[in-house]
Amino acid sequence: MRMKTGAAILIESLKEEGVEIIFGYPGGAVLPIYDELYDAELTHILVRHEQAAVHAADGYARASGRVGVCLSTSGPGACNLISGIATANMDSVPIVALTGQVPTGMLGNDAFQESDITGITLPITKHNYLVKDARDIKMTVKAAFYIAGTGRNGPVLIDLPKDVLTAKVAAEEVLSGEPELRGYKPTLKGHSKQIKKALELIYNAKKPVIYAGGGVITSGASEELIQLAEFFCLPVTTTLMGLGAIPADHPLNLGMLGMHGTEYANYAISESDLLIAIGARFDDRVTGKLSHFATHAKVIHIDIDPAEIGKNVNPDVPIVGDAKSVLADMICMAEKKGCISEPWLEQVKLWRKNHPLRVVNDGKVHPQNIIRKLSELLDGGGIIVSEVGQNQMWAAQHYGFKKPRQWISSGGLGTMGYGFPAAIGAWFAKPDETVVVIAGDGSFQMNIQELATVAQYKVPVKIVILNNMYLGMVRQWQELFYDRRYSYTELPPVDFVGIAKAYGIQGMRVDSVDQIDEALRTALDYDGPYLLDFRIDRGENVYPMVPAGAAISEMIGKHNHNGGSDI
Amino acid sequence: MKQHIISVLVENKAGVLARVAGLFSRRGFNIESLAVGTCETPGMSRITIVVIGDDTHIEQVKKQLNKLIDVIKITDITEKEHVERELALIKVHADPGSQRSEVMQIAGIFRAKIIDVGAQTLVLEITGDSEKIFAMESLLRPYGILELVRTGRVALQRGSLGSALRQ
Repeated sequence: MRMKTGAAILIESLKEEGVEIIFGYPGGAVLPIYDELYDAELTHILVRHEQAAVHAADGYARASGRVGVCLSTSGPGACNLISGIATANMDSVPIVALTGQVPTGMLGNDAFQESDITGITLPITKHNYLVKDARDIKMTVKAAFYIAGTGRNGPVLIDLPKDVLTAKVAAEEVLSGEPELRGYKPTLKGHSKQIKKALELIYNAKKPVIYAGGGVITSGASEELIQLAEFFCLPVTTTLMGLGAIPADHPLNLGMLGMHGTEYANYAISESDLLIAIGARFDDRVTGKLSHFATHAKVIHIDIDPAEIGKNVNPDVPIVGDAKSVLADMICMAEKKGCISEPWLEQVKLWRKNHPLRVVNDGKVHPQNIIRKLSELLDGGGIIVSEVGQNQMWAAQHYGFKKPRQWISSGGLGTMGYGFPAAIGAWFAKPDETVVVIAGDGSFQMNIQELATVAQYKVPVKIVILNNMYLGMVRQWQELFYDRRYSYTELPPVDFVGIAKAYGIQGMRVDSVDQIDEALRTALDYDGPYLLDFRIDRGENVYPMVPAGAAISEMIGKHNHNGGSDI
Repeated sequence: MKQHIISVLVENKAGVLARVAGLFSRRGFNIESLAVGTCETPGMSRITIVVIGDDTHIEQVKKQLNKLIDVIKITDITEKEHVERELALIKVHADPGSQRSEVMQIAGIFRAKIIDVGAQTLVLEITGDSEKIFAMESLLRPYGILELVRTGRVALQRGSLGSALRQ
């Protein structure tokens, strides 16, 4: 009889799911898995902190559309995954997190490096498993990948006690086949009656706007979105997660809406009489004061998750289904065609012309200009991964994304320290793409140890630090809403180029405007990782901005006709 | 704000109760009562939850519950024709003599059973809807209730419809 260990079954099962790469960090409880990995035909990337493993798996998933996998030991290793799992959960990213666990006989005993990780991650996973029998491993892995990558995508955790990993079972005793998931039947196809109703609303609209979210990216519905928009000349605004769903330079694209959205997107939403929400969830950063959000608009809400329908806004026409399938059906069922409202398009164009995003050329190093230059040099291509804060908003506002899955950023949870490891994961998914991480000096220092990973595996990620020696977004709020009392937001200068050098990574510090172009070119042309430390104007803020609790039409820092701003 | 009785059919798996109950507490709902046990289908359990909230919030909780992988079916049976019962055990002070016979009389009126007799106490078992149990409880209170335990409400839809699964 052929016997296999639980760890061997695990590796086999992962391969059967098509896994090619795992981001992980070893430890006592996962020794059996690492022993299998020693000569397995499976790439394992050794990160320098478990948090980086989960963010890298997340970046891999977002760049590729496939399920990302991370691995950690029990206790502290598993706990270090938490913010990354929560990040993936908030942004609906398919990952499978594998954690070691103390042997089943010691569960609940406060054993060395024990933590109740299935209990801890209950509210931040789509589902999780504690495997108590080696024979169940294969089916559990299969179910986990299925759950993570279907319906509304999300993270699934599998907790693996050490004795389950070392247990030997006969090959024919391993349970296999299709896992039975009686309680999990995602709805993919939209109801045709609802789709007809939605089309009726579109035919009769005078001021329609599409509000597209991350669901469009996940479902691969970008083509259908553009087709529908062009069909009826519908202006499109996207959320932070939806950037790339429609090219930045598309005439119907209004850019991002919400707290740091474009003025014209926010005006269009506020004036609209029909809002077509696709794979978006009316997040508070998008809607501002909910009671003042799109008050004149009827709402069509297309989402794969029934729980999103009516959560924040009660739609006139709810459609539960996969965005790609629903939009394709809408296009197919549309009887009329052509621009439904020329005057509205003219109005939107006028807003766009009169209220562009603010760019200042005054000889100072402004982050907006760095992003614009980067976008120009890469011709709107590459994969742009951001950290969280001002750097993220500047990148979102000023980079000219062309395609889906080009923009990778922690939206819902807003996890500082996400970007750098996620960029590593993204590069392993798309090694032929130029991967750039846009970071602040604060967030970059949250996972700065990953310079070691980048050096070890020669990951040619370009690191652009927009260094203002502040936790800039918090400082901005303190400036605007807390009487300029900069409480614990000023950071002492750091020699990032020196740190990079210590890891064997090239870098350059940029202090003046005339260096920007050359510095970016040098980094992009360099064959390998490269760090750029841009010392930007310290007081630069992200504008426009909707103050928390205000309506999205009540922006501050708006563009005025003199080319300056109101603040 | 009104009371909802939510019947949740779940996979009988470890941790399922924590998943369901946790969802309520995370969304700020107090569970009035919760009863769980196996049901007509092997491998499944039925959880009956009584919760107070406005319709929008309850609707959201039901949708969130539906997202749990181990939840198979949810029925809000409040609006439907249904029967509901709860069982309570009440240990009441009852000295031998007139006090004891009075307590026994009350038990008789409510069709409660006496299931334990002590030197100075009786344990009564009563089944009914919550109001009936509350009524008996308040009548017994002057005698001195030493301990009281309730199962939480269980409920089923009336009529010939079978398991929620086969509907």
